[in-house]
Amino acid sequence: MQQIFNFVIRNKTFLLFLLLFSIALALTIQSHSYHRSKFINSANGLTGGVYGTVNSVGQYFDLKDENELLAEENKTLRQRLFNLGVSVDSSFVDSTYVNGKYMVVVGDVYKNSYSLSNNYLTINKGKKDSVQQDFGVITSKGIVGIVDNTSKNYATVLSILSKKSRINAQLKATNHIGSLTWNGDSPETTQLMDVSKFAPVKVGDTIVTGGESSIFPKGIGIGTISSFETDISGDTYTIQVRLFNDMTNLGKIYILENLDRREILNLQSTIDE
Amino acid sequence: MNNTAVSHIIRFVLLLLAQVVIFNHVNFLGYINPYIYIIFILLFPIRDTRLSLLLVSFLLGVLVDMFSDSGGVHAAAAVTLAYARPVLLKTSFGMLYEHHNIKFNSSELGNLITYVTLSAVLHHFILFSLEIFNISSIILILKKTLFSSIFTILLSVLLIILFSRNRK
Repeated sequence: MQQIFNFVIRNKTFLLFLLLFSIALALTIQSHSYHRSKFINSANGLTGGVYGTVNSVGQYFDLKDENELLAEENKTLRQRLFNLGVSVDSSFVDSTYVNGKYMVVVGDVYKNSYSLSNNYLTINKGKKDSVQQDFGVITSKGIVGIVDNTSKNYATVLSILSKKSRINAQLKATNHIGSLTWNGDSPETTQLMDVSKFAPVKVGDTIVTGGESSIFPKGIGIGTISSFETDISGDTYTIQVRLFNDMTNLGKIYILENLDRREILNLQSTIDE
Repeated sequence: MNNTAVSHIIRFVLLLLAQVVIFNHVNFLGYINPYIYIIFILLFPIRDTRLSLLLVSFLLGVLVDMFSDSGGVHAAAAVTLAYARPVLLKTSFGMLYEHHNIKFNSSELGNLITYVTLSAVLHHFILFSLEIFNISSIILILKKTLFSSIFTILLSVLLIILFSRNRK
């Protein structure tokens, strides 16, 4: 017994180092698996507060760009509305009843990163605004990522620029699907894997989200094909996708809640059994 | 609570804030960021026990991790640096360290640069190894280590010189 104590006391620095290093390593390994970065993440009051303060100053510098973006989006929406040919009765809006599958919440990006191998955003909407895990996040141009952790006022978003993320996507022209991944190289391009070799792939074609996932609605823009190649087995294409979004410059984002998600997941889990 | 303790706490907070608010978002050439918070570990008083240095470094690392959503990579790198510090000090300052007599404010510039370089390379190598976490990307790890280290070393030496009070 005496010897054990002596050993501990003699090597206390090394033992403490070992302990702390293992904790750090455990946190690291845990963060490499999807939806597991539970303890250390930036969806909390401290980090949210600091990023919020910084953002409230920084916001003013890109008000002009932000305005132009909104005007552009308004233009597209108006165009769609007029071409729809139905008159929208704006006097009747019942906010308790949402006629449709998706609820939209608007938020600000407080922190964005794109140089790591798993990138996260911090946004200023959380449980209080009924934002939960696995909600989709988009901008007016295209998709951004999926909500990971939430706290009362903030949430972290797993960016599509992440080696962990797999998002169902498809060609806009046909219904050939693939999964959108990122190889960690450039924040401008992502990779669409496992697209069937029967798909008519052309450089310049548009890639949109597929309807298979219960997170994003079908048809949200992702990017255009910049190049493609058949993979080693020769059965599938790997497509380089140039993103519509400039992932290095994100301001306002929209968070999408699929109101039918629970029903879809329930249905799918009964099939699995 | 004496004067030195207060100044170290202030340094801790300032370096942490500077790191997460400014230096994490430099992204020079797309991916090069300096990690200047290691200055705190480098300049931690030598006479204090190594246990407290380890604990404080861990805390600093975890806080940086929390802000940048990176799991525990900064904590691991910071703790390793803190543990290896006596060896680094001995190699860069030699006899001065044996006598517990180093004054970072008035030491030779050459010694200081050696110290910062060794520390930054060690810290960054652990950091990027764990962040990328894939031995087949060793070239990417080394590339990131090299470029980010250069950036960190330049900034750290400049900051240490700028903020040391009685350098002639």
